[in-house]
Amino acid sequence: MSPDFVEVWVYLSASPLTALTVTLVAYLAGDWLYQKSGRMPVLNPVLIAVTLITIGLSVTGIDYWTYFEGAQFVHFLLGPATVALAIPVAKLLKEMRRGFGGLCVALACGSLTAAVSAVVIADLLSATTQTVLSLAPKSVTTPIAMGIAERIGGLPSLTAVCVIMTGVIGAMIGPYILDLAKISNWNARGFAMGLTAHGIGTARAIQVNPQAGAFASLAVGLNGLATATLIPILWSLWQWWSGV
Amino acid sequence: MLVAITQLLVCQLIGEVIARGFDLAIPGPVIGMGLLLLILFNRRAIPESLETTAHGILSHLSLLFVPAGVGVVAHLGILGNEWHAILGSLIGSTIITIVITGWILQRMQKGVMDES
Repeated sequence: MSPDFVEVWVYLSASPLTALTVTLVAYLAGDWLYQKSGRMPVLNPVLIAVTLITIGLSVTGIDYWTYFEGAQFVHFLLGPATVALAIPVAKLLKEMRRGFGGLCVALACGSLTAAVSAVVIADLLSATTQTVLSLAPKSVTTPIAMGIAERIGGLPSLTAVCVIMTGVIGAMIGPYILDLAKISNWNARGFAMGLTAHGIGTARAIQVNPQAGAFASLAVGLNGLATATLIPILWSLWQWWSGV
Repeated sequence: MLVAITQLLVCQLIGEVIARGFDLAIPGPVIGMGLLLLILFNRRAIPESLETTAHGILSHLSLLFVPAGVGVVAHLGILGNEWHAILGSLIGSTIITIVITGWILQRMQKGVMDES
């Protein structure tokens, strides 16, 4: 290695420019593969990008936090993007005159199912209490989920891992499951994807059908609110029950 | 475009202040989203600049999860010897939740359409 190269490398590995560029290039590569395959859900662009970057980091020996320092500019946009979800939702609710009842029922059942099924399955597979509690809020968007986990005695960092995994799993297998269950209505498909797999599921729904995307955005917002109220209540009820 | 981005950031900032000020479990951006929703409801139409900007950000929503996703891989060790229980729970729960939610809404929407 010539000294010049080392100097350039030292500069590049510390500058946000590299991490940002790498993130965008990896994502574009993932998206290209996904489009090329005829949008096969298994070739999820997030999963491909994450895999490529992880390989890149381990080959070059750059640690995650150095990478994140640059990539945080992309990460930061999650905030404004969450706020921006209000626009498709407002548009949808203005156009929709009927069917609010159905949405509320689907929301309540979905929110309850997401939390209870995760807890019950983990418990049956003999996970520790802390892990079980960390899994409960796995279907809501990361910041809400971490807040809930902290409140009920789960491990917030483990919850973050579970939330992202749920998103990727949902985006990958969701469309196949919906086909198998003969759910063809775009509103129902979008709502189910958003409720189960939060922003990652929504991203997929938006790409497939705008109407499904709007219902998915609606589901992310509503499920965030529903789960943030529901889980702490369920948790205190359960504590009261087992205390008796 | 610039105005729309500023509007989004202002909503997020207010949401963040409310969340931290009142020590709420709901994160700032979600409160900001609720706030913007209220504002948009009280207007007759959604401003076009806001709609274009939102569409721009949301059409690449999955890109925004990449940095956190790389962090997941870095934290995989946390899954430890419980990974099979966690993975089983995540996959099982995802399938059940998608089917139940989609099925209920499809049934309810069919009811609405049949009536009208």
